[in-house]
Amino acid sequence: MKLALGPLLYYWPRETLLAFYEEVARAPVDTVYLGEVVCSRRHELSFDDWLALGEPLAAAGKEVVLSAQALTESEGDLKLLRRAVANGRFRVEANDWGAVHLLAGTDGWVAGPHLNVYNPQTLALVAGLGATRWVAPLEAPRELVAGMCATGMEAEVFGFGRLPLATSARCFTARRFNRQKEDCGYACLDFPDGMALATREGKPFLTVNGVQALSAGAYCLVEELAALRDAGVRLLRVSPQSAGTPEVLQVLRTAIDGRLSSFDARKALAALAPGRLWNGFWHGRPGMQAT
Amino acid sequence: MELVCPAGSLPALRAAVDHGADWVYLGLRDATNARNFPGLNFDEAALAEGLAHAHARGRKVLMAVNTYPQAANWSRWTAAVDRAARLGADAIIVADAGLIAHAHRAHPQLELHLSVQGSATSYEAINFFHERFGVKRAVLPRVLSLQQVELVAKRTPAQIEVFGFGGLCVMVEGRCTLSAYACGEAPNLSGACSPAHAVRWKETAAGLESRLNGVLIDRYAKGERAAYPTVCKGRYAADNDIYYAFEEPTSLNTLELLPEFARIGVRAVKIEGRQRSPAYVAQVTRAWREAIDALEAGRFAPRAEWQQALARHAEGSQTTLGAFSRPWK
Repeated sequence: MKLALGPLLYYWPRETLLAFYEEVARAPVDTVYLGEVVCSRRHELSFDDWLALGEPLAAAGKEVVLSAQALTESEGDLKLLRRAVANGRFRVEANDWGAVHLLAGTDGWVAGPHLNVYNPQTLALVAGLGATRWVAPLEAPRELVAGMCATGMEAEVFGFGRLPLATSARCFTARRFNRQKEDCGYACLDFPDGMALATREGKPFLTVNGVQALSAGAYCLVEELAALRDAGVRLLRVSPQSAGTPEVLQVLRTAIDGRLSSFDARKALAALAPGRLWNGFWHGRPGMQAT
Repeated sequence: MELVCPAGSLPALRAAVDHGADWVYLGLRDATNARNFPGLNFDEAALAEGLAHAHARGRKVLMAVNTYPQAANWSRWTAAVDRAARLGADAIIVADAGLIAHAHRAHPQLELHLSVQGSATSYEAINFFHERFGVKRAVLPRVLSLQQVELVAKRTPAQIEVFGFGGLCVMVEGRCTLSAYACGEAPNLSGACSPAHAVRWKETAAGLESRLNGVLIDRYAKGERAAYPTVCKGRYAADNDIYYAFEEPTSLNTLELLPEFARIGVRAVKIEGRQRSPAYVAQVTRAWREAIDALEAGRFAPRAEWQQALARHAEGSQTTLGAFSRPWK
C-alpha cells in the first residue's frame, strides 16, 4: 500500500508552506496532492507557485497531483479550475462535476473524495470519462470500499488526520471575529490547524477552518491496515497538519511494511495527532467514535 | 416562475395543489430520498392517489430519489426510479450520477431534475449533466449570491431552480457529513440529517439540553426558544466565546427577491419542508402563489400578510436571505 499526502486544508504563511513541502520531499510518501482546495481568497501561493512547488517533489520521485477546489462559486473559481485541468504537467483531482465536465475524455485524473462516487455504476461512469483513481468519500464504510476495489479501480482511502466534514459559502473563521468573508483579514492565518470548537460542556467537537468544518479528533485507520489491504485499497491518505506530518508518514510507512505493530503505531500516532483518534466511519458508525 | 412545494403526505400534497403549487415534490417511504423520517412519505397507493389528485388539476408531481445508492442497495434506487416512470411522475429529482445515467438510459422520456444534493454550483457542473443525460433542471445549493446565480443561469441551457423558503442548509448540500459524524446518519447515504431517534431533550439545572447521539448541541435558559438540534445550528465554545459558530436557528425567506429571480432567469422557486405539516404547506404555498401571481401581473410588492404567514413558520421566527445576499457569507 502506498502513502499519499492530501491537499493542505489550512492557510499557512508562504515561508511555512515552502518549508513544509521541502520536508515532504524527504518524507516516505509516494503521492502528494497540491493546491488550494478550500478558499479562493487565500493567496500566499499563486497557482503558478503551486505548479512550481510540484517540480522538486516530482524530482524527489513523488507522484504529484493538482487538487481542484471542492466548492466553485465564481467565474474566478472556474478560471482556476480550467488552468488546473490544462496544466499539462500533473494529474488533476476532480472534486466536483464541473471539474469532471472539463476533464472528461482526458486520461488519468483522480475522482476526489468530494465527488460523491458511492457505487460501482457511478465509478464506471467516471472511469469511462478517464478517471483512473477513486478517493473514497470520507464516510464510506469498509464494505463500500471493498466493493469499489473489486471493480479493479485504484482506490485511495482517507487514513489519517482531521476529517473535512462540510463546506459552506460562509466563512466561519471570519464569523468568529464578526467580519464578512470579503473583509476577512485572512483570520485563518492565525489558526495553522484550524480553530477548535468545544461543546458547551467542554468536549472537543469540531474544528473551524474558513468555510470548512473539520472533526476535532483525527481519523486514524492504522489498526485497519490489514483490512484495507484485504479490501484492495492501494493508497492511504494523510492530511497535512502543522507539526509532525513527516513523522506521521514515517510511522504509517513502517507499520504498512510490517516493521511496527499496529498497537505501537497507534500509540505513536496518538502522540502526533491533533486530538483523539477516531475510526467510526470505516466501521459504519458515527465518525467521532473509536472502535 | 414556477412554484415547487413539498409534500410528506397525501394531505400535504392536497394542500400544495389546492393552494397553488405548480409542482409538488415527494419521496417514497425509505432511504431513497433525503427526508427519510418515520411516518413521512408515500407508499405506492398514496403515490398513485397523489398523482391522480395533482394531474386532475393540471399540476405536476416530482419524485425525489435524491440520496446516494451503494452496491448493496443499488436495485432499490433503480426500482424507485422505475416506479416513478411507471406510475407517471412528471419528473424525478436525482443526485447520484450513476443513477442519473440509469434513468436516462432506461426511461429516456422521464424528465430529470438535478437535486440540490448533487452539489452542482457552477454552470460547468450543470452542463455536464445536461449534455450527457439531458437533465432539464438543476436545483442550486444554497451557497451562491444572486450575482453568481445570474451567471449560472446565463451560461446553461438547463432550467434553474432555487430555494425560496424553509429550513436553511448552511453547508453545501450533498457535501455535509456533520450528522453522520455525530450520529452515523446523514442525508447522502441515509436520507436524514439529525434523525429524531438520535435526538434527546433533557431539562437540567443548567437549562434545557438538546443532544444528538449524546453530543450536546445546545442548552437553553428559561424563556429561550429551543431549536431542533442540527449540528450547524448549535452553540459551541471557541475559547471562552459561546455562540452560534455556523448559523442561528433561522429559515431562508427570499420572497422579497422574487423580482430579482425573475430578472436573472430563475425558472422555479422551491419551498423546503416535506417534514412539515399540511397547514405549513397550505399557508406557505398560498403566500408564494399570491406573490408570484402579483409578480407576473406586474404589481409585485411584498405584502405584510405574506411575510407574517411565512414568519409564523420560520425556525426561531427568524429569517435570512442566506447566501443570496453577499454579507451573509
